Amino acid sequence: MQDLSLHILDVVENSITAGARNIEIIVSEDAGKDLLTIEISDDGKGMDEEFVQKVLDPFITTRTERRVGLGLSLFAESARMSNGHLRIRSNKLGGTKITALFQHSHIDRRPMGDLGSTLMTLIAGNPQIDFVYRHTRDGRRFELDSKELKERLPNKSLASTEGLKLLRKELKTNLLEFLHTAWPGAHKLRDQK
Amino acid sequence: MPKLTLDDLKKMRESSRKNLSLREGNFRGKLIVHLGTCGIAAGARGIVDTFLEQFDEMEVSDIMFATTGCAGLCSEEPMITVELGDSAPVKYGKLTPEKAIKILEEHVLGGSIVKNLALGVGSERAG
Ligand SMILES: Nc1ncnc2c1ncn2[C@@H]1O[C@H](COP(=O)(O)OP(=O)(O)O)[C@@H](O)[C@H]1O
Ligand SMILES: [Mg+2]
Repeated sequence: MQDLSLHILDVVENSITAGARNIEIIVSEDAGKDLLTIEISDDGKGMDEEFVQKVLDPFITTRTERRVGLGLSLFAESARMSNGHLRIRSNKLGGTKITALFQHSHIDRRPMGDLGSTLMTLIAGNPQIDFVYRHTRDGRRFELDSKELKERLPNKSLASTEGLKLLRKELKTNLLEFLHTAWPGAHKLRDQK
Repeated sequence: MPKLTLDDLKKMRESSRKNLSLREGNFRGKLIVHLGTCGIAAGARGIVDTFLEQFDEMEVSDIMFATTGCAGLCSEEPMITVELGDSAPVKYGKLTPEKAIKILEEHVLGGSIVKNLALGVGSERAG
């Protein structure tokens, strides 16, 4: 995967395949601690402990189950490359939380990529799932709740033409603006205007 | 095939809408992008972007947009499946945004399969 937004899309696709109805994606950037955290939680069917161990061990994959573990081990590899790691908490009765930690300034940390496009793809492609997206960057915060967006629409459908327009406005305009202005120091520049 | 104008497309849509039985809700068809790991790595998200932009631009409201998991053919990614009315699903592979627009115009809206880009008719599902 070229960037973190593509990893997020891939890992959330696992949650969808696992039958999740509610998915929460939290991105936190802390310049002071030089830490970037990506957390993905779902209420899908979950995994048992033994399986969780297996999923992150690239050496246990045999040829017949070659594809098992691909997406998550790639994400873990990306985290390790930038001095971080991946953590999986799951319950066989349901619910999974994937946490990836990165050293923010690390030269090998993959760029964030197009988060708006990832969220647009997830929400437009799965309008029946409730997504919460929260992004904090040094005290500033962007939040999107797809259920709340749905309520704002006359036909209550994010898959409709109006729904897609609203999503586009939130993700291609508002989120982008947040990402462009929320760098430490960048908002000072903006406030001077 | 000459390039279709927006008006041509709207007319075609009007007529095909009457001819096809409705399979789900108000939609006369479904456009599905496969989002397995290989698909995503090969550019499937860009194909989603393209379709959603075109849906907006062409005011497509009678086709359901959807995403699904891996189609089981990593070497053909990015892949999509087109399902219109009661016709057998058609799969397309190795997509680029340009090919995606062609398929949207000629097959999804125009009703004729883009033969030189189609992988096969019918649905095979793997992991
Ligand atoms: N959120 C989740 N909930 C339940 N099971 C999961 C979740 N994420 C991953 N898994 C399990 O771990 C396996 C490996 O995931 P992954 O590394 O993404 O590879 P793939 O999706 O190609 O199988 C999945 O097939 C699935 O069984
Ligand atoms: Mg996966």
